[in-house]
Amino acid sequence: MSIFLDKNSKIIVQGMTGSEGMKHTRRMLAGGSNIVGGVNPRKAGETVDVDGTSLPVFGSVADAIAATGANVSVIFVPPAFAKSAVVEAIDAEIGLAVVITEGIPVHDSASFWAYSNSKGNMTRIIGPNCPGIISPGKSNAGITPWTISGAGPIGLVSKSGTLTYQMMFELREIGISTAIGIGGDPIVGTTHIDALAAFEADPETKAIVLIGEIGGDSEEKAAAYIKDNVTKPVVAYVAGFTAPEGKTMGHAGAIVSGSAGTAQAKKEAFEAVGVKVGKTPSETAALMRGVIASL
Amino acid sequence: MDLFEYQARDLFEAYGVPVLQGIVADTPEEVEAAAAKIGGTVVVKAQVKAGGRGKAGGVKVAHTPADAKAVSVDILNLTIKGHRVNRVMVAQGAAIDKEYYFSVLLDRSNRTFLSLCSVEGGMEIEQLAEERPDALAKIAIDAISGIDLAKALEIAKAGGFDDEIAQKVAPVFVKLYEVFVKEDATLVEVNPLILSKDGDIITLDGKVSFDDNAEFRHQRENLERDQLDPLEAKAKESDLNYVKLDGSVGIIGNGAGLVMSTLDVVAYAGERHGGVKPANFLDIGGGASAEVMAAGLDVILGDPQVKSVFVNVFGGITACDAVANGIVGALDKLGASASKPLVVRLDGNNVVEGRKILAHANHPLVTVVDTMDEAADKAAELANR
Repeated sequence: MSIFLDKNSKIIVQGMTGSEGMKHTRRMLAGGSNIVGGVNPRKAGETVDVDGTSLPVFGSVADAIAATGANVSVIFVPPAFAKSAVVEAIDAEIGLAVVITEGIPVHDSASFWAYSNSKGNMTRIIGPNCPGIISPGKSNAGITPWTISGAGPIGLVSKSGTLTYQMMFELREIGISTAIGIGGDPIVGTTHIDALAAFEADPETKAIVLIGEIGGDSEEKAAAYIKDNVTKPVVAYVAGFTAPEGKTMGHAGAIVSGSAGTAQAKKEAFEAVGVKVGKTPSETAALMRGVIASL
Repeated sequence: MDLFEYQARDLFEAYGVPVLQGIVADTPEEVEAAAAKIGGTVVVKAQVKAGGRGKAGGVKVAHTPADAKAVSVDILNLTIKGHRVNRVMVAQGAAIDKEYYFSVLLDRSNRTFLSLCSVEGGMEIEQLAEERPDALAKIAIDAISGIDLAKALEIAKAGGFDDEIAQKVAPVFVKLYEVFVKEDATLVEVNPLILSKDGDIITLDGKVSFDDNAEFRHQRENLERDQLDPLEAKAKESDLNYVKLDGSVGIIGNGAGLVMSTLDVVAYAGERHGGVKPANFLDIGGGASAEVMAAGLDVILGDPQVKSVFVNVFGGITACDAVANGIVGALDKLGASASKPLVVRLDGNNVVEGRKILAHANHPLVTVVDTMDEAADKAAELANR
C-alpha cells in the first residue's frame, strides 16, 4: 500500500514542456515513476524524448486520460495560468492533481478549491506550493528527490518541502510509506487531516510524523482529529517559534497574526492529545525511532 | 501589502464606494491648504499602519484651516506604536448618526472567504468579537458566487441592520466585494461605515491588504510603500527572501520551513550561550548557486549585529557538492568583506562529496559541522565570544 500514490499510478505532467516541468519529468522518470505523457495545448500531437523515453504531448488533460488511462497529474504551469490548469484537471476528473507551482494568487486557489467543491471533489488536490507526494520504491509525483529514503513503515505529512526532505533523510534507515508535502500556502487542497485519515487506513503505515509551521489552524485541527480518530502513534514537529508577529516567513501562509497561528499554540494542541513534539527535527526523528523500536 | 488609510480611500472612490473628500499632506502648510480646499470642519488623521491612532493623539478635528495647520504640527511629530508619522490625511468632517462595521477577508480555516458585519461599529472589532460575539455576523462567502445584492442583504440582516438601512448598505457591500476580488485583496475592512445625519452611507476609514502573489497582474509601481529596513531593501534587490531580526547569529538556509526551523534551533542553542538569537530569516531557495549564496552572504555580513553565520543547507535537487562549490565560490567572490566565522552544515544528496570540497578549500573562517543541532550550537557559541 502507501497512500494516494502507488506503483499503478499513471502520471501526466501539465507544463511538461516548460523548463521546470522538463527537469522534474526527467527526475521522476529516473526515480521509476510511470510518466505517460504531458499536456500543452500548443504542442498537442508532438512527442518529447526524455532520456530515451518517448512521451506524447496532449492538448488537454481529458485527451491524455482518454489515450493513456492517466490517473495523476503533476502541475508545473506558471502562477498566472495555474488556476485554469487545475480547473482543467478537475473537469477531466483525474484522481489526483499535484500542484507544485509556487506563487499562485490566493484568489485563484480559493476559486479552484470552490470549483472542486462544487464538482463533488472528484479530484484530490495536493498543494499548491508544495514538493508533491512520494511513495518510495513505487512512484513519485513532484520534486522530492527520490534518492533520500527507501520504503518503510513511516507516513510523513508536512507543510514544508525541505523539512520533508530533512525528516526523510533522518529516518532513511527505517523508511517511508508515503511522504506528502501539503504546501505552505493559505489555501491548500489536501490537509494534515486528509493525510492522517489515509495513513490510519493504510496497513503499510505503522507510525506517522506530522510537520507543521506557523500560520493558520491546520495543526490544531489535526490534533483534535488525532484525539478522536488516529490509533497509530504520531510524532509532531512545528517550525517557527522565533518568528515575529506580522512577518511572513517565506511561505505565503507562514505568518503569525495576533495570537492566532503561533508555534507554541500548535505544540500545546498536540501535547494536549498525547502527541509528542520534538524541539528540533533531529529530536523529532529520534522520538520516531523510539516509537518504531517499541512497536 | 497593507494599504495606508488614504490609499484605501482612493481605491474605494475609484470603485464608486461612497467616501468623503480626503487630501494627503506632508507639511503643516499643505494641511492648511487642504483644509481650505475642503472647507468647513475637517479631521486631520495620521497615516500610519497601526491601530489606536485616536488614543495616541493622531486624529484631531479642526474647524478652520489655521486650526488644522496647528493640530498637524503635533501629529506630524508623533511616533505611534513605533511608526513615525510623516504624512496625514485631511478628511472632510462628517456628521455621524450611526457607526457600523463591514469586512470581507480570506478565511484560511475554511478555505474560502468570510464576511463580518455588525450594526455596532466604531470600536475595535476584536473587542466586539470578544465582548458581544452575537452582535458580529460571520457569513461564509463562496469564492465563485461571491457577494451579489441578495448575499449583501443576507449579510446586512445577519449583522443586525433593519430593512431600510439594509437596502442602503447592501449595494455598498457589493462594491466593496468588487474591490476585494478585482484588486486581489486578502482583506477589505470598513470601520466605521457610517450613516450620516443626512441619511447617507459613507465609508469613513478603510483597511485593505493585497496578496503579494498577485502583484504580477496589477500596476502598483507608484503606490507608496513602507520604508524597508536597509538590509531588507538590499536583499529585495537580489530577489532574496530575507527578514531582519534583532539577534547576532546570521542564518542562511534553503526552503522556508527549514530556515524557520533553523532559527528555532539556533534560539534553543543560544540558551546555552548567553542568550544569543538569530539575526535574520534568509531562504535562498532550492538552487543555492554560488551567485545566490554570495548575494545572501553579502546581505548578512552587512548586518553589523551579526557575529557569526550559520549556513544550513539540505542538498535535495541541488546536491551538496554543488552547494559546497557555491559556498567556496561565494567566499572567493566576497574576499576580504567575508570577515565573520561561518558554520556550515550540509546534509542530503552527495553530502560526502560536499564536505570534501569544503575540507579541501580549508577556508579559515569556515567550520563544517555534521548535524543541524551541533552546528547551531557552534554558531551560537561563536556569536557569544
